[in-house]
Amino acid sequence: MAELKTETITLNMGPQHPSTHGVLRLELVLDGEIVLEVKPVIGYLHRCFEKHAEAMTYPQVVPYVDRMDYLASMNNELGYAVAVERLCGVKVPEKVEYIRVIMAELNRIASHLVALGTYGLDAGAFTPFLYCFIDREKILEIFEITCGARLLYNYIWVGGLSHDITPNFKEKVLEFVKVFRPRIKELNDLLSFNKIFIERTANVGVLPPEVAINAGTSGPTLRGSGVNFDLRKNDPYSIYDRFDFKVIVGNGEMGTVGDSWDRYMVRVWEMEESCKIIEQAIEQMPAEGNVQEAVPKRIKPPVGEIYARTETPRGELGFYIISDGTNYPIRVKARGPAFCNLSALPLMSKGCMIADLVVILGSIDIVLGEIDR
Amino acid sequence: MRYLNRLDSKIKQYEHGNFVVTSVDKFLNWARLSSMWQMTFGLACCAIEMMATSASHYDFDRFGIIPRPSPRHADMIIISGTVTLKMATRIKKLYDQMPEPKYIISMGSCSNCGGPYWEHGYHVLKGIDRIIPVDVYVPGCPPRPEALLEGVLKLQDKIRNQSTYKKNKA
Repeated sequence: MAELKTETITLNMGPQHPSTHGVLRLELVLDGEIVLEVKPVIGYLHRCFEKHAEAMTYPQVVPYVDRMDYLASMNNELGYAVAVERLCGVKVPEKVEYIRVIMAELNRIASHLVALGTYGLDAGAFTPFLYCFIDREKILEIFEITCGARLLYNYIWVGGLSHDITPNFKEKVLEFVKVFRPRIKELNDLLSFNKIFIERTANVGVLPPEVAINAGTSGPTLRGSGVNFDLRKNDPYSIYDRFDFKVIVGNGEMGTVGDSWDRYMVRVWEMEESCKIIEQAIEQMPAEGNVQEAVPKRIKPPVGEIYARTETPRGELGFYIISDGTNYPIRVKARGPAFCNLSALPLMSKGCMIADLVVILGSIDIVLGEIDR
Repeated sequence: MRYLNRLDSKIKQYEHGNFVVTSVDKFLNWARLSSMWQMTFGLACCAIEMMATSASHYDFDRFGIIPRPSPRHADMIIISGTVTLKMATRIKKLYDQMPEPKYIISMGSCSNCGGPYWEHGYHVLKGIDRIIPVDVYVPGCPPRPEALLEGVLKLQDKIRNQSTYKKNKA
C-alpha cells in the first residue's frame, strides 16, 4: 500500500478561549494531536503602562501598577513602593511594614486560590473552583473593610498606607487563618490527590531545572522544577528576613520533578507558608504607629536609577525606575514574572498532546494584564 | 407551571389538559430573560469580578445565566475589561458570530469609555459602544459583583418590555 500523505496543520488557540486565562493567542503547529510548535502571540491587553508612567507623578502610577497583575495588586504595589522608597531614601514605620507583609501574603493566598480553582476548571473539575472562591471572598472581605476595594486597592502608598487598619483587623485575620488551614486539606482531598487529576497533570509539561533557569522563569514555575529560589529568602525586602517560613520546591512526588503537578502543588503549600508568615506578623506587629507618618508631601527623588525586585505570587517582579529629579519618572520599566514564565511554555509543551497544552498553560498561572502591560 | 403564573396570563382548566393563554411577546420575553446564556469571555481585571459573580458567593446561575464557551451558543456577552485596538476587531467578529437576539453588557469603566486609560492609552478603545451596540452599562473599576447583578436585572427588565411584533412592523 502506498504511503499516506500527511501534513501538519496550523491552528489558532485564542484569543477567545476558555482556558487561555484571558486574551492570549497561541499559534499551534500540529501533527494530528501532537503539538509540534507553540508560538504565543501577545498584545491583546496592551494597556500602555509605561506611557502612563511617563505622564504621571510617582504616587499616580500606583493605580496603574494595580492593574498590571490584577490578581495580586497588593504585591505589585509593594514592589513599586519598595522601589520608589529606595530611590528616595524613605524609611517607613515598623507598623506599616508589618501591615504590608500581612496584606501581601493575604493577597498571595487569594491569587493562588484563583490559580488553583481555575486550574481545576482547565483539567475538567468544576467543584474546586467554587470551593476556592468561598475562601477568596473571605480575604476580599478583609481587604474591603481595610481599604474599601475588593480587587484594585491603591492601598500601599509610597512611604505608607492609604488607611490604617480597623480595630478588629487582627482578630479578623487570625480567624481567617484558623478557618483556612483545614480548607487546604479539603482542597487536597478534593483535587490535589485526586487520581484523575494526577493522571492529567503528573509527567505532563516537564520543565527541567536548567531549562527553567535559562528561560528566566521565577516563582512557583521555577520552584516547581526543584530550584530553591525565593526572593523573600534570597534577597529579602521589606521585613521578610524576620519571619520563619520554608521555601516550597517541587520534588516530583507524583511523577517527574518539574511537571505540572509539582507546579500546582508548590502553590498549595505556599498558601500554608503564607499563613505562617501572617500569624507571625500579627503577633509581632506594634500596636502604635501612624501609617501616613512617612508619606512624603512631594515625591521628588534625586537623579538616579533603581532596580528593585520583589516576589509576587507569580515570581520576580522588578521595577526599574529612572528619575531626573522632577516629580515625574522618566521611565518605569516593569519586569513581569508572568511574561518570562510564558517564554518557557514553548519549551515545555513541545511534543505534548493538544489536550495537555491546556493543562501546561494553566500550571504556569499567567495573568495577561502583566504580560502585555 | 409556577413560573408561568407569573406571566400574568389566563390559565383555565380544560377537560383534556391545561392551556395557557398569553401573548407571543410575553412568552418569548419570558423565555429569553430566564435563560440568558453568557459567553465565557474575560478580558481583564473585571473578568475576575465576573468570575467571582458566577462563583459560589454571588451565584449567577440563579438568573439562568450559564457560561458557554462558544459564541454560537450565547445570548449575551459581558465585555469585562479593557478593549484594546488589537482585541476590538476580534470582539466585533465574536459579536457577529452570536445568533440573534443578542445582548451586550458593558462591564467596567474601561469598556464603557476607556476608564483610567482614556487619556494616554494609545492602544485602548475608548468605549466598546464604538464598535458594537451596548444594552446595559455597569460603572465601576471594577464594578462590585452586586453592581454586575444589578446590570443583569436591568437587562432582564429591558428584555421583559421589548416587543417582537412592533419591531417587525416598524
